[in-house]
Amino acid sequence: MAAAPEPALARLVDQVLTARAQHVALDIRGGGSKVFYGEAARGEPLDVKALAGISSYEPSELVVTARGGTPLAELEAALAAKGQCLPFEPPRFAPGGTVGGMVAAGLAGPARAAAGGVRDYVLGATLLNGKGEVLSFGGQVMKNVAGYDVARALAGSLGILGVICEVSLKVLPAPAASSTLRFEMSQAQALARLNEWGGQPLPLNASAWWEGTLVVRLAGAAAAVQAAARKLGGETIEAPLAAAFWNGLRDHGDEFFVGAARAVERGASLWRLAVPQTAPPLDLSGELLVEWGGAQRWLCTSTPAAQVREAAARAGGHATLFRGADKSAGVFTPLAAPLDRIHRELKRAFDPEGVFNRGRIYPGL
Amino acid sequence: MNAPAASAPVAGAERAARQQQVVAALSRLLPAHALLWQSEDTVPYECDGLTAYRERPLVVALPETESEVAAVLRACHKLEVPVVARGAGTGLSGGALPNAMGVTLSLAKFNRIVLVDRVARTATVQCGVRNLAISEAAAPFGLYYAPDPSSQIACTIGGNVAENSGGVHCLKYGLTLHNVLRVRGFTVEGEPIEFGSAALDAPGLDLLPLMVGSEGMLAVAIEVTVKLVPRPQLARCIMASFADVRQAGDAVAAVIAAGIIPAGLEMMDKPMTAAVEAFVHAGYDLDAAAILLCESDGTPEEVAEEIDRMLDVLSGCGATRLEVSKDEAQRLKFWSGRKNAFPASGRISPDYMCMDSTIPRRRLADILIAIAEMEKKYGLACCNVFHAGDGNLHPLILFDANDPDQLHRAELFGADILETSVAFGGTVTGEHGVGVEKLNSMCVQFSPDEREQMLALKRAFDPKGTLNPGKVVPTLARCAEYGRMHVKKGLLPFPELERF
Repeated sequence: MAAAPEPALARLVDQVLTARAQHVALDIRGGGSKVFYGEAARGEPLDVKALAGISSYEPSELVVTARGGTPLAELEAALAAKGQCLPFEPPRFAPGGTVGGMVAAGLAGPARAAAGGVRDYVLGATLLNGKGEVLSFGGQVMKNVAGYDVARALAGSLGILGVICEVSLKVLPAPAASSTLRFEMSQAQALARLNEWGGQPLPLNASAWWEGTLVVRLAGAAAAVQAAARKLGGETIEAPLAAAFWNGLRDHGDEFFVGAARAVERGASLWRLAVPQTAPPLDLSGELLVEWGGAQRWLCTSTPAAQVREAAARAGGHATLFRGADKSAGVFTPLAAPLDRIHRELKRAFDPEGVFNRGRIYPGL
Repeated sequence: MNAPAASAPVAGAERAARQQQVVAALSRLLPAHALLWQSEDTVPYECDGLTAYRERPLVVALPETESEVAAVLRACHKLEVPVVARGAGTGLSGGALPNAMGVTLSLAKFNRIVLVDRVARTATVQCGVRNLAISEAAAPFGLYYAPDPSSQIACTIGGNVAENSGGVHCLKYGLTLHNVLRVRGFTVEGEPIEFGSAALDAPGLDLLPLMVGSEGMLAVAIEVTVKLVPRPQLARCIMASFADVRQAGDAVAAVIAAGIIPAGLEMMDKPMTAAVEAFVHAGYDLDAAAILLCESDGTPEEVAEEIDRMLDVLSGCGATRLEVSKDEAQRLKFWSGRKNAFPASGRISPDYMCMDSTIPRRRLADILIAIAEMEKKYGLACCNVFHAGDGNLHPLILFDANDPDQLHRAELFGADILETSVAFGGTVTGEHGVGVEKLNSMCVQFSPDEREQMLALKRAFDPKGTLNPGKVVPTLARCAEYGRMHVKKGLLPFPELERF
């Protein structure tokens, strides 16, 4: 792609060079489905949707390469047609999201703890940096240690390093079978049970605990799923209902998140706490939903930010203000000094004039 | 010019003065036995697993505590002395090659397993802990650390982090990056720093993928938290023979296309099979043009189902012989040859050069055929052993280093394989790293702007460029020189100089 820039890419390069020369800040825009996430977007919109399309897909290679503006729905449909999937289940939130946005947001769905995150499936990427250079890192192969792994570091970068023009992703066969089981238990019991099961060779793929109910999904070879379901017990949820439940959880359309959205409108905040999966129940008030075997805890609360962050830090993790009207406390947990310095230097290395997505992660970055 | 092999000889007096200065500074920070600078003491550190490149370090520091590591780094930073971190020294690309004017920071004494957490399924270990020692410590809990480079008996987790090491099971279980949660260590200035966290992510940019695989260029790792996974109840392996390399290559793609992710999928060609059979007597089919080892692991039900599906695919692809391991002893026997490919090659040839490129799986047969042509072109034999499931090649070029012409031809042969791999849409190194060995090949794989971006990235972590200088990313000047030499392939000036 770098060799013969296509018109859509050439136009983007021009826009970036112009913005750089005129000291104009740009706000990289795909489908806008995750514009709520992170600090407020500033600058002139840079629409990247024209840079779209699946460039190559070889099911037998387990690799797909797509341009940044490709609708995520198009990519998922192409994979599903060949019985494959993005195992990290990127949340879609709203229609229209793009592949570049998926990587830039770096968010993963219910299967994260079992299957890995966005970064674990990135094999390569082409980046348009703040100097207007089109650069490729990584590649389309499974193993590649030639140079620094810039492509994977773009996952979750929220556009501050540049425009993700194209990305190559590892994909996997969709699980041959799955089964969803339901149990009644307290949060502490659920955490204990999930960690105990996690230490056994079981095809545990996703979990969610909310209001005294634990739901787990098994996925893999039919024989393994059946054997594990017999072993774990619980009440089996019928497939269509189960699929709707996990999709709702993934896209934040289920009951918990709909309730949270209403509470956010009334002034509450929705926090994402990433903690070690063995962390005991946190001493925080509010509505709680626990995912990823205990490693991701959603909390809808009016508790002050400092108190939420402190509880997450005490548990060995961090807290992100995922949705909230008042973001004055900062969306992301502040960094320790050496990491903060490296972040600023990295920003300068990729985007010296600060053209892209200024302040989207931290002020001044 | 940033490869030590190509650097100008440093004047002896200048070096001696610098050595005195560095020793004086570090002897205030370390006990006498933790500081080596006499020639006879520093010789063991002059190379890593890539023995073709050797350099005597100015000083070797062997700190025993984290505060000593921090103090050494601070002192070196102040004096602007290069620092080369070193684990077990098993790396295959010269990543731990000493700097003649620098300190080799040996982390061998950081060999403590800090915590194996059964419930969280994690192990926190110091950087000098051997890869296999982690799995041994986790074994009583039915857990293990999945990445298994062939050198796992000796290589350390710190080195695995530096190289993003793989192994024969990484198609299913991932590379080092996929199995590491957190790396704690020091910046080049000696400040404590942590990448990743005990949770599944950390705030800010995800720097863990930059740190893992950075070949000691960005920071010094001291402690690593890895994920442990439950040991599968059962593993069985199929040994499949093919009369034609193209059929074998196509069979690899067919297994994956059938929606199967084998626990391991390896290929050996006929010369490699002959070499290992003579060494381990595993009962390999010596008539086969290529052999595939295809492993399934999981619950007994899962394995039975998957082995049946694999057998169907392999026989459909024209396998001439199929054998399934009956028990664990036989499975290990199947693997014994594969795991001994390197020593077996050492038996049949005075020297061998191991390549490490990766290509898309569908080009496996093409590269085998291309390598066969190169054998004729360069007049040297090559045994091929591939992590076929990942498309990661380890062609072993056989030669005699005492014959300068053979060495020269082996180098050209190697460069040809790497460049053909890039042309096939692959990469010059899958798991061994760039180090100093593949600096020139980086000129072929990346554009000047891409390399400059990587150099800028390094400066963000290491502004003065004193951490493992001259490795991984070649300077523009070096690539320009390589480009000039390259057009005159076969007519290189100074053919006696080691370039790969």
